[in-house]
Amino acid sequence: MTGTAVAPPTVAKSAPPRRTRLADPAVGVWLAAAAVTAAGWIVVAARGGDFLTLANVVGILQNCVALGLVAVGQTAVILTGSLDLSVAYLISLGTLVAATTMQDGGVVTAVLAVLALSAAVGLANGLVVTGLKVNAFIATLGTAFILRGWIEDNYTGPAGKVPASFQHLGYDRMGPVPVSLFLLAAVAAALWFVTRRTRFGHHLYATGGDEHAARLSGVRTRRTVVAAHVLCSLCVGAAALFLAARLGAGAPWAGTEARYDLESIAAVVLGGTALAGGRGGVAGTLGGVLVLAVLDSVFNQLGVDPFFKNVVRGVVIIAAVALYARRGTGRTT
Amino acid sequence: MTTANPTVGPYKRVARSLGTGAPVYVLLAVLLVALAATDPGFYEPDRFLAFVKRAAPLVILAAGQYLVIVCGEFDLSVGAIVTAGVVVAAELYGSYPDASWAVVTGGLLLAGALTGLVSGLITTKLRVPSFITTLGMMLILEGAVFFWTGGSPHGSLPEEFRRLGRGTAGGWLPWAVLACLVAGAAAVFLMRSDFGRTLIATGDSERTAALAGVRVHRVRVIAFVLSGVAAALAAVLVGGFSGVSAQAGRGYEFEAITAVVLGGVALGGGRGSVVAAMAGAFSLQALFTLLNLQGVSGALESTVQGVIVIAAVGLGAADFSRLRRRRTHLSGGTPS
Repeated sequence: MTGTAVAPPTVAKSAPPRRTRLADPAVGVWLAAAAVTAAGWIVVAARGGDFLTLANVVGILQNCVALGLVAVGQTAVILTGSLDLSVAYLISLGTLVAATTMQDGGVVTAVLAVLALSAAVGLANGLVVTGLKVNAFIATLGTAFILRGWIEDNYTGPAGKVPASFQHLGYDRMGPVPVSLFLLAAVAAALWFVTRRTRFGHHLYATGGDEHAARLSGVRTRRTVVAAHVLCSLCVGAAALFLAARLGAGAPWAGTEARYDLESIAAVVLGGTALAGGRGGVAGTLGGVLVLAVLDSVFNQLGVDPFFKNVVRGVVIIAAVALYARRGTGRTT
Repeated sequence: MTTANPTVGPYKRVARSLGTGAPVYVLLAVLLVALAATDPGFYEPDRFLAFVKRAAPLVILAAGQYLVIVCGEFDLSVGAIVTAGVVVAAELYGSYPDASWAVVTGGLLLAGALTGLVSGLITTKLRVPSFITTLGMMLILEGAVFFWTGGSPHGSLPEEFRRLGRGTAGGWLPWAVLACLVAGAAAVFLMRSDFGRTLIATGDSERTAALAGVRVHRVRVIAFVLSGVAAALAAVLVGGFSGVSAQAGRGYEFEAITAVVLGGVALGGGRGSVVAAMAGAFSLQALFTLLNLQGVSGALESTVQGVIVIAAVGLGAADFSRLRRRRTHLSGGTPS
């Protein structure tokens, strides 16, 4: 709530502080996740299956990791009113760099290399958006093209090999809980803390709420946007490391096949973060990711055609966002 | 609202509409000169017309996308509409081999309009940001097409249907060029009409437009419908030119948006001319052709494309201090 305290007067005017927590999209999306789980449980049980087994729940959570990491990062960027379409190719490149570096060098070198690459890409995105004043949509799309060219020029297929020591990240469990889930939890908690409890976080909200007003109140908006892009790319780098551990090699299609660019934006918006920036947060985003993962799992259990899944997914995303708008949480125009 | 002032004389208006898109005309000129320098035969009528023919689908898509962007929205579903159009046409001919091309083409255009209508209504009535609406529409269309065909479309398109994409009128003028000219002229005419002015006014400031009596919802829905029709027309051309594939339209949505932005049209709406948007599409196609001729490997092609797009838009943005303010409004589609 401290985040919205810095929000510009236009927001404050149209949306007085809500007491009813139910109307908060971040709460709504977790309720939706619970509802989808319950519905899935009933439907699967009606077919004689068992949905809420420990193995299945853990599987669902594990499937959240990659998209979750990307979406959490994407949240930071979208909060500032920017967005990042380059994440999918950055993931692909990240897995390739991770796997090929690990093959000859150490795991530590590889992790550092991937994070450095990610930070550089994020920095470039941020500087192009703020310095050259290129629209974020085009700037990050351009970055995506550049990365794609780099990948296609240097890698013809899967490359590198991830040593067994690093594959622990993808496959190990502590008790029933996959290690990778702790990675997501740690990254999400860190980003939640940054957005909600630090001055920088307040600047993120202020910049996204009204860049002009934020600048007039002394926020270095450009620096904030650049930092958000770097944060986002670092999260994407973490996702790339996880996927490399999972796949055992680098793959040029690792990021594009699952459409992490558009899916992550969809998850962020499902979680109640306004695309125009200034409202929402990490907690909602995680709920959005969970909804998508639960739906996926239900469809798998029911043996629904994978192509038909996309149809339902599209309908669900539109319907969910329409529900938020209906409830009047969207800023009125 | 600068371009929507009816008291300004035609010359000034042309100059003004040139003004917003000036960088793209320079870019296009540079690319065309570079093409001539690389390949002296480029301007032989046949080859040049072939170039325009290849550019036609993108130009038509850009014109449609312009209508949506200038009123402050996005249409990410156009690529999926192209794919769906091609696959549906092939499947239709698989079931009814004797169907007349006019009926199939008309049906596709109607289906495109319907898709646009749904997107428009969801965006305006349900207040879903168009980025999400059309992203969902893209998932739905692609999923439905693959679901229907089981992953690989079968059936093929008869010569008669493909004529619009690959044939020529009178032995020298490709039908695609003609379609492109007609669509372009229609777009220019539309933007000069009252509808065009209300469209720009809506994108510039929805509230002001609404207070001035513009039915902003209706205007936006019509923009989406026209974008859907343009995408369906592009599907007919693409299907005719390159045949049936489940990947037919992939990536077209981003290319169309890139083209429009290259033309100096502000994402967020309210500014830019449709001619410049179409020039942006030609520039993109010229860039692809040039990279091809230069022997740049297919892989590096997208890298160069990315650099040039960022540079061109950056240079364009340098002239417009307003774009900076626009940036904050960009992504939501709905200026919130």
